[in-house]
Amino acid sequence: MPINYYIILAVSLFSIGVAGVLTRRNAIIIFMCVELMLNAVNLLLVAFSKMHYTAAAIQNPASAVGTDGQLFVFFIMVVAAAEVSVGLAIIVMMYRNIHSVDVNFLNRLKH
Amino acid sequence: MNLILFSAIWGVGMMLGGLFIKNRSAAKNMALLGALLLTSGNLLELNGFAVFKSDFNGMLDYNRFGLLYLTVLSVALIFYFLLSGKEIEAVGKHPFEYFALLFFVMSGVGLVALFNNLLVLFLGIEIISIPLYILTGSDKRNLKSNEAALKYFLMGAFSTGIFLLGIAFLYGGSGSFRLQDLMLQQGDQYIVLLLIGVVLLLISLSFKVSAAPFHFWTPDVYDGAPTVFTSFMATIVKAAFFIGFLKVFSGAFSGLSENWRPSFTIIIVLTLLIGNITAVYQQSVKRMLAYSSIAQAGFMLFSVYASNDLAEQSLLLYAAAYCLSTIGLFAVLIKMNDYTFEGFNGLAKKEPLLAFVASVCVFSLAGIPLTAGFFAKFYVLSAAMKSGANLWLVIFAVIMAAVSVYYYFRIIAAMYFKEGGEQVLVTTPVYKWALMLVVVLILLLGVIPESALLNWLVLY
Repeated sequence: MPINYYIILAVSLFSIGVAGVLTRRNAIIIFMCVELMLNAVNLLLVAFSKMHYTAAAIQNPASAVGTDGQLFVFFIMVVAAAEVSVGLAIIVMMYRNIHSVDVNFLNRLKH
Repeated sequence: MNLILFSAIWGVGMMLGGLFIKNRSAAKNMALLGALLLTSGNLLELNGFAVFKSDFNGMLDYNRFGLLYLTVLSVALIFYFLLSGKEIEAVGKHPFEYFALLFFVMSGVGLVALFNNLLVLFLGIEIISIPLYILTGSDKRNLKSNEAALKYFLMGAFSTGIFLLGIAFLYGGSGSFRLQDLMLQQGDQYIVLLLIGVVLLLISLSFKVSAAPFHFWTPDVYDGAPTVFTSFMATIVKAAFFIGFLKVFSGAFSGLSENWRPSFTIIIVLTLLIGNITAVYQQSVKRMLAYSSIAQAGFMLFSVYASNDLAEQSLLLYAAAYCLSTIGLFAVLIKMNDYTFEGFNGLAKKEPLLAFVASVCVFSLAGIPLTAGFFAKFYVLSAAMKSGANLWLVIFAVIMAAVSVYYYFRIIAAMYFKEGGEQVLVTTPVYKWALMLVVVLILLLGVIPESALLNWLVLY
């Protein structure tokens, strides 16, 4: 399958994530949309990795080209997990104080 | 490598120390010892001695610029601990943990300064950001601190997503994450993918260094975070993001500079304009310093814009000048109970030394000659001129520096020409000596920047 399809799929997933971050008001849903953005990137990285491998495998089928892209995906997963733990802790801390996770409450600093 | 290793180990050590050491004030001394260790380890590495010699298959690059930059930042860390260690302990119930998180941030700073591979840059940026989200929200009962933490976290995670998409496109275009392989040329096969990647990286790194029009989170976060951590975020962390920014754009994208320079010019103009003009209208010094950090970022962006041989020198000097002066000014501000300009009224009568130090720091931030800020601004602008920047851009920057004099000098006017203020500031001899040392360094960098700092870049 041509790489274009993967790029279109990944970019549309990413755009859904961006649209969610910009329009939704619930902190948890915004957070989920950020995760969607990261996973769209994972998909894109794996697709590009396969693309580079396929191009290199014509000369040398045992080629290691493209492994670094897949390795990167693992690092993104680890970092996303770390971010989830800190982010949920921050959301819980806010919930304890104002009993809501609505980001519209976030306007005390404006004035 | 020394700094990355020591700071990670020392951070774990401080966490364990929190378990076993019951004496709260031990945290500050232990952290100070750690900062001294980082600095000396880094100086040793600068002279060719590394505890652990490995560049991880070309993922790290121990160039002299990166190591010297780290030395500047770790010296700034020493001053930060000397001047604000007490306030860090006073933030909450777990002083050891705050220091541990600060050390983890330093290890991320080391990665960002020495990376040679976008994977390491990504990890470094995240290792810096995640502890900072916690530190921003460390004042748990304070709604402002909560709000700042959530805002910082959501904006940070969002910009990380954009950053990663940019890296993915660059990988698609070049098949590698190494900076050398990303040396782009016009007319490459996948030039469209590469250009999309460059634009996305430009946007996300502008988010991280709070350049306009991606700066909107900065004032709120800096204002809401506990003041000691604002001081850290605005200086060491910001300077660290800038070396990452510079290394990506001069190391990998300099071949495409005519593609990204026009949008970069817009970002610089907007950053200088919004940062300086909005700072004029602030009533709180803390919030004014947040806007001033945006304005200063506008100047540092010039050295990324230039991406030539002068860029490294200019960024190094600017980071040193900016970190020292802002840490000094924040150290005085932290002692205040009232963060408005009125809070500074009559400080010169009660605390002449503090008022003098604050004035020198303000002079340096405004770029008055004989202080470090003047040569820093001079070097960034001459680097931009050398790379063929439009003369109007440079003139605009100088005009904006003149605007900044207005809001910076309001502090001096309040301290020296106004009466009032009954508050008592609690200071220690160590604090005063450290402030004096900051002043000496600022003046030294302002009189002989070459022999004090810049010649070290080439000297062996």
